[in-house]
Amino acid sequence: MELQLPPMTETGETLTGAEVVIRSLVAEGVEHIFGYPGGAVLFIYDALAQQDKLKHILVRHEQGALHAADGYARATGKCGVALVTSGPGVTNAVTGIATAYMDSIPMVIISGQVPTRAIGEDAFQECDTVGITRPCVKHNFLVKDVNDLAVTIKKAFYVATTGRPGPVLVDVPKDVSMHTTRFHYPDKIHMRSYNPVVKGHAGQIKKAVQLLLHAQRPMVYAGGGAILGNASAEVADLVRLLGFPVTNTLMGLGAYPATDKQFVGMLGMHGTFEANMAMQNCDVLIAIGARFDDRVIGNPAHFSEGNPTRKIIHIDVDPSSISKRVKVDVPIVGHVKDVLHDLLALVRGTRERPEPAALAAWWSQIEAWRAKDCLKYNRKSDLIKPQYVVEKLWEITKGDAFITSDVGQHQMWAAQYYKFDKPRRWINSGGLGTMGVGLPYAMGVKLAFPDADVACITGESSIQMCIQELSTCKQYRLPVKVVNLNNRYMGMVRQWQEFFHGNRYSESYMDALPDFVKLAEAYGHVGMRVDKPGDVEGALREAFKLKDRLVFLDIITDQTENVFPMVPGGKGISEMILSEEL
Amino acid sequence: MRHILSILVENEAGALSRVAGLFSARGYNIETLTVAPTEDATMSRMTIVTTGSDEVVEQITKQLNKLVDVVKVVDLSEGKHIERELMLVKVRASGKDREEMKRTADIFRGRIIDVTDKSYTIELTGTTEKLDAFLEALDRAAILETVRTGVSGIGRGEWVLKA
Ligand SMILES: Cc1cc2nc3c(=O)[nH]c(=O)nc-3n(C[C@H](O)[C@H](O)[C@H](O)COP(=O)(O)OP(=O)(O)OC[C@H]3O[C@@H](n4cnc5c(N)ncnc54)[C@H](O)[C@@H]3O)c2cc1C
Ligand SMILES: Cc1ncc(C[n+]2csc(CCOP(=O)(O)OP(=O)(O)O)c2C)c(N)n1
Ligand SMILES: [Mg+2]
Repeated sequence: MELQLPPMTETGETLTGAEVVIRSLVAEGVEHIFGYPGGAVLFIYDALAQQDKLKHILVRHEQGALHAADGYARATGKCGVALVTSGPGVTNAVTGIATAYMDSIPMVIISGQVPTRAIGEDAFQECDTVGITRPCVKHNFLVKDVNDLAVTIKKAFYVATTGRPGPVLVDVPKDVSMHTTRFHYPDKIHMRSYNPVVKGHAGQIKKAVQLLLHAQRPMVYAGGGAILGNASAEVADLVRLLGFPVTNTLMGLGAYPATDKQFVGMLGMHGTFEANMAMQNCDVLIAIGARFDDRVIGNPAHFSEGNPTRKIIHIDVDPSSISKRVKVDVPIVGHVKDVLHDLLALVRGTRERPEPAALAAWWSQIEAWRAKDCLKYNRKSDLIKPQYVVEKLWEITKGDAFITSDVGQHQMWAAQYYKFDKPRRWINSGGLGTMGVGLPYAMGVKLAFPDADVACITGESSIQMCIQELSTCKQYRLPVKVVNLNNRYMGMVRQWQEFFHGNRYSESYMDALPDFVKLAEAYGHVGMRVDKPGDVEGALREAFKLKDRLVFLDIITDQTENVFPMVPGGKGISEMILSEEL
Repeated sequence: MRHILSILVENEAGALSRVAGLFSARGYNIETLTVAPTEDATMSRMTIVTTGSDEVVEQITKQLNKLVDVVKVVDLSEGKHIERELMLVKVRASGKDREEMKRTADIFRGRIIDVTDKSYTIELTGTTEKLDAFLEALDRAAILETVRTGVSGIGRGEWVLKA
């Protein structure tokens, strides 16, 4: 019988499932894969050892593999890839998968599974991987037949990287990795049940432009979607063409240059006074790839009822992000880049512009808010202020480093004081808020950009959650700089306890800390301890001069410092607590 | 508000748990859920009866559409539609109540599909209200066991739900 095959990049070779996995990844253009071996993936590791196209990075904990692949994806825009074994390999990976899922990061995870005939028998290292990961993946597959393997991997990459990106897991039973098949890797794939929208509705875009052109107090609110969709140039065009103020979410930092005067800072729980006030008081708001998160708009009723005439335009590739927490007036479903392209064409095609007098009045209001200087902090202290460290880091790296962070106060200070001018330079966990991501994120970034400066701003609590990856950094010579803002507290927890739990610092003190300098040295790196404000700059400079060494800077900071401004839980975004310095 | 969602899903292992998991994870109600393969064996069709405000049901529909295994979702309650549910009821039917039970079943166009000298098993199809009304009409003490399939729904007229 004549078999009509669709056009494919085929070799038609007979390969084992394990080889199919490797060849498929190579066909997808994957260069780095982060993983940890075990019984169920032994054939895959065997195949890995017999090729040289794909570089495997052996982490020290599966969580590290997932975060590193995730950081790699965030910095490059490519799909991150991780490989873990069945059972505990998968359960260790879950935190990393969920972290990527919450921030819509494209990833493909290959997991080993017990042989198909043993599934369901409580076999050694068996777990229901598809079941455990289902709520925190965009999609997942269990491959039961080696003949389906290549096409399933193709689907996984397609689903992970299109529409609203996200992690996709492919569970490969051991016998499937052992069996042979004819290898064909499809060029294209069609799935009738999966068709993400790309182009925005022309009528809706027209409506949006009308609203924007007649705005008196406009506001541009760009989020992670603008970064994920590589649309920062379009965001900047829109903002500059119309002369509007712009804010970025924590996930959107870098979507618009932070040093530009039209940028009013990050908004939200720890956003600037001017960004939050403008967000609350604007008359036309355009949300670009942002999801009105609870950390961003605070109390949704206060947000809506406090300004019921505000008109909202919302561009998002995922319809379920639209009108989820806040009702919008002009929803536009589509890829942010395409939609903005069409929208900009309309704006450029008309001479109509927003009323200059109104816009000027709005700007002078914003400048008045800005004059409050809400990020002011005490520069005369004898103790090291964490904000100062971040400012110096920004200066020394000329604002051009990749900055990863962990979760806590240090994360907020990094977001507030490192002025990101470019997208994909700020790598952090926003949605899940996973402590421990910082160091593996930095590894992933450094692998992708070996010549760039990469610093991980962390806290003494967070860094201990994936500290084992210092060993991985040694093995693969990843000279990242760890900037440990050591306040001896789970500072963010302590801050909440100070504000809302009567100063009872229940279990938030970090006792019995290791000597981080010795610890770094034990792993074969350079450690430095800094405890005087006057030494910060010199230490940072020295650390970056040591180009080919990982430097762990243990910086002893003021343990009473808090993050301001702050919107307390349940409050509206204009109801901020400001620093006493003001 | 009560809504009837018709969902075409890929006939893949796990598709049902993706749908059911979505409802429990996001705190949505499922009143009834039915599922079986369609005339096209690669797809199954589900009918889910749920309740919620318009905003909640809009989110449910969007979230369902997001599931990669879901091919299509329609809210049947937005248009003219027919819904049916099948119920099997085992009732006490002895002595003088036996005749009465048969009469009640007849009124509701129920069919007696199994008989012992003390019981009847009655099969009844109809809308949820009709089945409820039938149970109401019976003496509570006479009901030994009930089993219901949950609602299946289809649009009226020539309109069809297709992939
Ligand atoms: C300690 C802590 C404090 C925090 N404080 C703040 C704070 O003060 N301010 C703040 O902003 N955040 C804060 N966060 C982060 C917060 O929890 C959310 O993660 C974040 O606000 C969400 O950002 P986003 O709205 O940009 O959405 P993201 O989570 O980045 O989602 C992106 C959106 O864009 C859409 N999208 C993706 N790709 C495309 C595309 N190609 N085209 C169109 N749309 C696309 C997606 O569907 C989604 O709706 C904090 C987190 C932590 C851990
Ligand atoms: C895995 C995990 N567990 C718990 C939390 C809750 N949490 C948020 S911030 C924080 C403290 C972080 O302390 P540290 O890393 O020292 O940073 P700091 O706030 O002191 O800058 C904790 C425990 C979390 N985000 N992630
Ligand atoms: Mg700390």
